[in-house]
Amino acid sequence: MLAHYGYKDGSGDYFIIIDTDKCDGCGKCVEACAYGVMELIEDEFDIEDGSMAAVTEEHRKKIKYSCGPCKPISGERKLPCVLACSPKAISHSW
Amino acid sequence: MSKQSKEFWRWREYRHTVPEMDWHDAKIVTAGVDIGSVGSKSVIMLDGKLHAYAAIRTGGVSEETAIRVLNWALDETGLQTKNVHCIVGTGYGRVNVPFAKRTITEIACHARGAHYIYGPTVRTVLDIGGQDCKAIRCDEKGKVISFLMNDKCAAGTGRGLEVFADLIRVPIAELGKASLNVEKEPAPVSNTCVIFAKAESVALLRQGWEKEKVAAAYHLAMVNRIIDLLTKVGVEKDFVVTGGVANNIGIISRLEKNLGIKPLEPNVDPILAGAMGAALFAKALYEKQIGLR
Repeated sequence: MLAHYGYKDGSGDYFIIIDTDKCDGCGKCVEACAYGVMELIEDEFDIEDGSMAAVTEEHRKKIKYSCGPCKPISGERKLPCVLACSPKAISHSW
Repeated sequence: MSKQSKEFWRWREYRHTVPEMDWHDAKIVTAGVDIGSVGSKSVIMLDGKLHAYAAIRTGGVSEETAIRVLNWALDETGLQTKNVHCIVGTGYGRVNVPFAKRTITEIACHARGAHYIYGPTVRTVLDIGGQDCKAIRCDEKGKVISFLMNDKCAAGTGRGLEVFADLIRVPIAELGKASLNVEKEPAPVSNTCVIFAKAESVALLRQGWEKEKVAAAYHLAMVNRIIDLLTKVGVEKDFVVTGGVANNIGIISRLEKNLGIKPLEPNVDPILAGAMGAALFAKALYEKQIGLR
């Protein structure tokens, strides 16, 4: 499942996309993010138990700013969360 | 109540029991409780078949609302909470459903509920709720493949429509129909914010626009915003709309026109989709618990 966390506003689309089929719940992205954007949550999409990475409720509506230090609007930069994720489950829409 | 203080935003709370069904004959009795941001819904299922349901307005305390909506759904069925084998909570207030065995996100529940209401051909579910809008893609089993939620702003949601109904003094249930009562579709109002949209609508009314025409502009703005969101996850047939706003013909017909895809028509109030999904998850959970699956 592709979980899109974030929002769209007048200035653009800001979504962190987590492929939950790839995510193994290791939690390395949580450690890698210096701004506390990522967290591990219980899988609430099915009756099976398990955990998966997600964007915290607190940051979902402001990731443009929360992720700003790592991800400027222009110019490519390697992102700590993406680098930390060995199954390559994390991507960004902007 | 004086005429001035009539609440145009207020939608009808209701309950219903499907006749000729007896819970004594059922092996598994499950319930789903969907505590939404504006409305709370509860569905009772007998062996995975819809038996009773209720929809009320969410109050200030989610626990109380959960108890009230479940009890109301149980009313007239002869069932009591203790007869229900398994209850699953969903929606914004899902962590506050006191008797729930488990919580499941409303995203998964709407996909599952839509699969139940409309059948396995459903691939895209658009849930327009009170306070947010979700675009969901699912597979033939009703499992979520991709989802996107926009809850940063009330523009493009049911609450925005309630505010608008109050502004132009047209009851919420008649608002969609009124918005279609225009000769030519006007230009949409702003859609980035419900406050801006309302302010613009007020300005248009002041310019002498008929309220139907302003309603059309408001509905069109909402639809444009929703389509923006939908195209992000992609729309594949069959396409369905769930949540309270699915009952607004002004939104549905404009979605059909501007998207080029006709949403399937439901045989039951689509506001219940989330609670139905929860009741179905409850059944699966109970079966797992007693070793049936």
